[in-house]
Amino acid sequence: MPEVKGTVRGPHDEHHTIFYGLSTCIWCRRTRQFLEDQGVKFDFVYVDLLKGQEREEAVEQVRCWNSAISFPTVVVDDEQCVIGYKTDKLKEVLGL
Amino acid sequence: MSEEIVILPEKVDKLYETLKRWAKSTGYNLNPDEEFTRGLVEGLLINRQRYGYQSCPCRLASGDKQKDKDIICPCDYRDVDLADWGACYCALYVSDEVLRGEREIQSIPERRPPEGRRSWERSAQHEQRN
Repeated sequence: MPEVKGTVRGPHDEHHTIFYGLSTCIWCRRTRQFLEDQGVKFDFVYVDLLKGQEREEAVEQVRCWNSAISFPTVVVDDEQCVIGYKTDKLKEVLGL
Repeated sequence: MSEEIVILPEKVDKLYETLKRWAKSTGYNLNPDEEFTRGLVEGLLINRQRYGYQSCPCRLASGDKQKDKDIICPCDYRDVDLADWGACYCALYVSDEVLRGEREIQSIPERRPPEGRRSWERSAQHEQRN
């Protein structure tokens, strides 16, 4: 099981990238792997592993970008959001 | 912090084989990508331990079985997603086309209505009004 939240370091630190995922979701696993393989620096949060207030806050953060509250949701620079395992879209948004 | 749930590989094997047999006997197909599918089966077992029911591993469950009944695997949206996308939301189940290699699966949009617009919520609101 992954850590609940944290930061993955990488050479591509031009953007502030936040990955919201579920620890049990394979599309989330693939998305995180893609970001890591591309050397993107990003913060990660596994919403299903959070509890109480912290979980509610994370859900609200996701809801701001994605009313379906689906995962993975990747928020870039607090300006753009990529929902689902979409490598082409992530490349475009992150300039990879 | 969250509790650590460890699922033994034998349990994954057992449920994987059960689901495979059940799918075949009911006219469905499990995703032939075994690594992908075993990962989802492990997620189902984690959710069973966490919530007491096998909710979709790719959706955030509330922990309230009544509220999550539409996302207990196989979810209410499986058939329509199979028809439209060739796979259910998490891609545990795939269509014949996908199985034959004629169509590729992808991460698909969430079809489940947002909170506040789900069928069980509408009936609960209706009951409250009457």
